[in-house]
Amino acid sequence: MANLAIRDLVKTYDKVEVLHGINLEVQDGEFVVFVGPSGCGKSTTLRLIAGLEEVTSGDIEIGGRVVNNLEPKHRNIAMVFQNYAIYPHMTVRKNIGFGLRSSSAPKAEKDARIDQVADLLGMTDLLSRKPDQLSGGQRQRVAIGRAMVRDPAVFLFDEPLSNLDAQLRTQMRLEIKKLHQRVGSTIIFVTHDQVEAMTMADRIVIMKDGYIQQVGTPAEVYHNPANTFVAQFIGAPAMNMIEGEVKENGSIQLSSGGQIDADLPAKPGQRITLGVRPEDLTADTSAPFLEGSVAVREPLGHETLIYVKTNAGEFIAKADGRHPPDVGATVRLGALQENLHIFDAETGGALV
Amino acid sequence: MAATEEIRLSSDALLKANKPKRPANMGQFLRWGLLFLGGIVMIMPIVYMISTSLKWPHEVYNLKLIPDEPHLENYTFVLEDGRFYWWFVNSIIIALITTLCNVIFDSLVGYTLCKFRFPGRYIVFIAILSTLMIPTEMLVIPWYLMSQQFGWLDTYWGIMFPGLMTAFGTFLMKQFFETVPDDFIEAARIDGLNELQIWWTVAMPLVKPALAALAIFVFLGNWTAFIWPLIVTNSVEMYTLPVGLSSFGDEADVAWELIMTGAAISTIPTLIVFLIFQRFIIRGVVMAGLKG
Repeated sequence: MANLAIRDLVKTYDKVEVLHGINLEVQDGEFVVFVGPSGCGKSTTLRLIAGLEEVTSGDIEIGGRVVNNLEPKHRNIAMVFQNYAIYPHMTVRKNIGFGLRSSSAPKAEKDARIDQVADLLGMTDLLSRKPDQLSGGQRQRVAIGRAMVRDPAVFLFDEPLSNLDAQLRTQMRLEIKKLHQRVGSTIIFVTHDQVEAMTMADRIVIMKDGYIQQVGTPAEVYHNPANTFVAQFIGAPAMNMIEGEVKENGSIQLSSGGQIDADLPAKPGQRITLGVRPEDLTADTSAPFLEGSVAVREPLGHETLIYVKTNAGEFIAKADGRHPPDVGATVRLGALQENLHIFDAETGGALV
Repeated sequence: MAATEEIRLSSDALLKANKPKRPANMGQFLRWGLLFLGGIVMIMPIVYMISTSLKWPHEVYNLKLIPDEPHLENYTFVLEDGRFYWWFVNSIIIALITTLCNVIFDSLVGYTLCKFRFPGRYIVFIAILSTLMIPTEMLVIPWYLMSQQFGWLDTYWGIMFPGLMTAFGTFLMKQFFETVPDDFIEAARIDGLNELQIWWTVAMPLVKPALAALAIFVFLGNWTAFIWPLIVTNSVEMYTLPVGLSSFGDEADVAWELIMTGAAISTIPTLIVFLIFQRFIIRGVVMAGLKG
């Protein structure tokens, strides 16, 4: 186990800069998830940490040692790939033990280690099988086993669950989380799925266009998003956004015509974007600021999501699961002031 | 019970009666006919080879398939002739070493061109490919002069050196290595293997079908090679089988029955090679078909 530090990391491909000097500190034993849309640089960062790509400038430190110029095998890391990368011509035992090939430990010791890892992953009965005799989840476990067997300082996971079906993904998510709690290793996990990020991470790193947008615990990035991108990327359905302007008395005049009393650190006349999550926007309010008609209902059982058409666009709100408003009905929506997110309209940065 | 059986039988009969009969298909008939003709064309030289090997010299130009007096004297003569063993051994050594070298060198170069990014990679690949456009006949004289300069005339090395690595093999292997996901290579790199170990332990087992195909092509090509071994060898002991067999007979006549006997015996190793490696080729085709 070890801590990891990334300092001013830049990566360019043929003069195109894809990472623009990112900085990050990961503590020993921490589970950090990199999340972001395709092309945001999360996988590139992971490959740079692994040593599969050369750093253009900046430093990567693992366990206090700069590893920029070290071969992957000398970085004391292990990686689980999206396509598992388990060798089809080898049995599960050989696949798991593959990482120990270069170890000078006696064979009996290596075998004991393989058995220990197989036992931990519940794969003891499968050791003599070949990958084509395994299910998707079992293959994924073999890949994890191969990473674990060397007891590396840092585990790197590159979208390891994206090839699994929804049910198996949920199961594997839980297993990886439990595994982390058991072995306590430092884990860097890359995904584009914000649900995976929220459910697994100690801290989430949200990336976009080669920049880190925000680093924080799942609760922090959800409740206090640093900007409109994070606000809309985290949470499903995405956060509702509406333009507005700060008035002389400090209140906000929304483009829908509604008004909100707020005490903002903003100048009168400043353009703002108001964000409110669908689960916080409800018709059950004493201070509505939006009015429109229900266009679509999505019953989820315990609650119903309603899509409300207003003069400022369509908004998603939460309604009662048993007695939601009818399609076509007019509703007036509002939210508690503590659940409102206010961003600068120009920069997108959070004001509150 | 009997009634149930009766009902089941009658329903089977009904199903059979209702099953539409496939009308005689002219296209299918034509296809089978063409395949049959193709098969005849392919098999006839082999049948004639075996037939001729069982004939006496005076019967050779009689095109009857079954000899009047079939006999095995030709086989006895050829197998008792010490030269035949030399030629057979020469051909085996040359074909095996050349096949082994091609499998190793072609796949090494193909792997390097496929999996490593270095300046000039594309140019090197095109340069190797462009040698495919030069006919062997044009290369024979330079090869001969080289062999002469290096003192390789009438040696195994002289016979083998032009074919130890081929552009076709390199191309074939490069294309197959393209199908090996980079994740495998990178995973092995992280697991601590050096590049040569990755090539041998991870990449090579994944391209077995291509290696088998290459091995068959190279072995057969060298087993049947005639022009270059004829030019580069002088002594009868260094002849390969095709060259040696062509020397049966004298200036006045060609002993076809002996040539055919030698040819019949010399097909055995090629059959063995094909039987050993064909399962890899078939598996390769199946794998290619199943890939999602």
